[in-house]
Amino acid sequence: MISPAPVIEPALAIRGLVKCFNRPAVDGLELTVRRGEFYTLLGPNGAGKTTTLRMVAGLLRPDAGTILIHGIDALADPVAAKSCVAWISDEPMIYDKLTPLEYLEFVAGLWGIEASVAQARAQELIGWLGLGAHATQYCEGLSKGTRQKVALAGALVHDPSLIILDEPLTGLDAGSARQVKGVLRERVAQGGTVIMTTHILEVAERMADRIGVIAAGRLIAQGTLAELRDQAGRGATSLEDTFLALVAEQAAAA
Amino acid sequence: MSHPGTLVWFARHESRLAWRDWLAMMTAGGRWRTRSVAIICLIVLVSMHLLALSVVGRYADISEPDKATLVTITGCVLMSWSLMVSQALEAVTRAFYTRADLDLILSSPVAARRIFSVRMATMALSITGMAVLLAAPAVNVLALRGGSHWLAAYGAVVGLGTSAAAVALALAVAMFRMIGPKRTRLIAQIVAAVIGAAFVIGVQIAAILSADTRLTSTLVSRYALLSSDAVLAVAPDLDSVVWWPARAILGDSGALAIVLAAGLVVLIAAIVLFARNFAEHVILATGAAQAAPQRARAARTFRQMPPKRMLRRKEWLLLRRDPWLISQTLMQLLYLAPPALLLWRGFGNRSEAATLIVPVLVMAAGQLAGGLAWLAISGEDAPDLIATAPVKASRIVQAKVEAVLGAIMLAFSPFVLALALVSTWPAFVAALGVLIAAAAATTIQLWFRARPDEATSGAGRPPRASPPSRKRSPRSPGRRRPRSRPRAACSRSFPARSGSSF
Repeated sequence: MISPAPVIEPALAIRGLVKCFNRPAVDGLELTVRRGEFYTLLGPNGAGKTTTLRMVAGLLRPDAGTILIHGIDALADPVAAKSCVAWISDEPMIYDKLTPLEYLEFVAGLWGIEASVAQARAQELIGWLGLGAHATQYCEGLSKGTRQKVALAGALVHDPSLIILDEPLTGLDAGSARQVKGVLRERVAQGGTVIMTTHILEVAERMADRIGVIAAGRLIAQGTLAELRDQAGRGATSLEDTFLALVAEQAAAA
Repeated sequence: MSHPGTLVWFARHESRLAWRDWLAMMTAGGRWRTRSVAIICLIVLVSMHLLALSVVGRYADISEPDKATLVTITGCVLMSWSLMVSQALEAVTRAFYTRADLDLILSSPVAARRIFSVRMATMALSITGMAVLLAAPAVNVLALRGGSHWLAAYGAVVGLGTSAAAVALALAVAMFRMIGPKRTRLIAQIVAAVIGAAFVIGVQIAAILSADTRLTSTLVSRYALLSSDAVLAVAPDLDSVVWWPARAILGDSGALAIVLAAGLVVLIAAIVLFARNFAEHVILATGAAQAAPQRARAARTFRQMPPKRMLRRKEWLLLRRDPWLISQTLMQLLYLAPPALLLWRGFGNRSEAATLIVPVLVMAAGQLAGGLAWLAISGEDAPDLIATAPVKASRIVQAKVEAVLGAIMLAFSPFVLALALVSTWPAFVAALGVLIAAAAATTIQLWFRARPDEATSGAGRPPRASPPSRKRSPRSPGRRRPRSRPRAACSRSFPARSGSSF
């Protein structure tokens, strides 16, 4: 007798997600991100990208819908769901009066990582991200790019299986941006899942396995770049053409 | 209708921001709280009038003041004025270092002198307004019982408020020029706190020292000291200018005109004199903030501890590394100097000493706990990190509350132990009172912290202009925040009130 193949839960499954402020910011969103996938969310300003990701990270409470992270209901068991997620915003807030090493120790402690493992991982990340020169200085004097790297190290120190990033490359210089992109690619190669919002279409085009386009709080298209081009039709060649065509189509339909 | 770029236009802009900041602070970003806040304000107003009736009501009939009356009123005026200077100094320092809209202002084609003139005037207005508000119950009660001449006190308060703002401006600018932008920030905060406390503490200490070894509540009263023979003997004659503020309060129209005019003239002169260089100081202050010293610390082995303990440790570490907080803590302890002195001198008379010391300890504990709780609970520097950690929000709050209570215990246990050596019952009462005061102050902070869903706007992203952080505290100038501010209180975001943010 052949045993049934184990069901592999997606890294993220969102069903009927709704969040209203004065108007619907997220309006019945349906989204599935597979494990080991680099998924990029695109959308015009105010489309609901950040609101969606903040709800997934547990920073906002949805009005309706479900969020499953690796099969765990994030609304019913937030602590379990959070244990495998890392969140980085475009302007990460870190403690000015802690050193990067102390910050990493604190984050590892919050996620319950064993101290010796955390220390080894922290040292590795510090070296990997080129933070060695700043490792024992207070974060208050660090540049924005360096702070972003410290936040990224904090996100990786507990070895999350799902990393959510909201515009992580905003304000970074070319060298830092390349370093961050390298780190994210490496995570995906190791089996991790990355979900990222970005306005830099080139980054989405070059890095993402699949791209989702959100407008008015709904997912209006998703797929690989080729699939999106097909959906956009009318001879869209670049991602920029495709994105603009899809958004315009949605706006016209609304 | 005001034209853009004019003084009136800036004034309108500033007052709108001030009003919204105040409302956000009072309601912690919750619109539904506006009504509750209005009701609370009304209750406080009525209570203050009743309190004023019991405290100053009996002085309403004073018409021709004697020297003792003038000395007492002048003492009270000095005390209030020193507090106003303290408040104003803090506000001026904040204006130097809070970024908020300074980038926009300094990069706009409008003369910075103009906007800073308005900002200084707004600050003076806010200090004066607060003083008027605090004085109102006493003035109203006196006017109702003694006649309308007491309403002149409002004018005197305005004169005192404007002069306090002018002195604070001069002090801040002088410090900036003498010790530079890096040191001014901390020193100004300390000076502000010292000015605010010095008069009260000084008079109290003088009263204790002049009371020989007999400890009676009458002898240690600062008011008793002000009307004592020793003070009256060195006080100037009745026709001296020293008494003009007191006479203005009592309704002498000549003195009132002089006090009011002097206050306004001094303020206008300060604004005209300092507004020109204010932009330059602000730019220097920014440069100093950006060139923060890079202090290397020894790397050490990571410690293994549960999340709750890790949170407590983080709070203590940050509190310990906050120079503003250390200065404020020392100030709180300074307030304990008079009772400590009393304890030392009155060791033989146990019950009298305890009667004074216990309330002071409790009051100081409440104040300190309020500041610490604000930093730990509302001033979280990395709210997103904490909210996304796999730790229940209730445990996070617990850890923060424990961190605050732990710090209070550490600060106050020496005093309670010293008291216990004298008498155990007052020590027990003090310990209990300190605990209750700290718990109450912490609870207030829990009430006033903003909820994430309330703090975010339609974009689902918390406002960036005033991110929460311990960089700014209720009484300290902001560094970036907002906390900065303020500290737009509505911009603070923090893990949800129960269970989790989900």
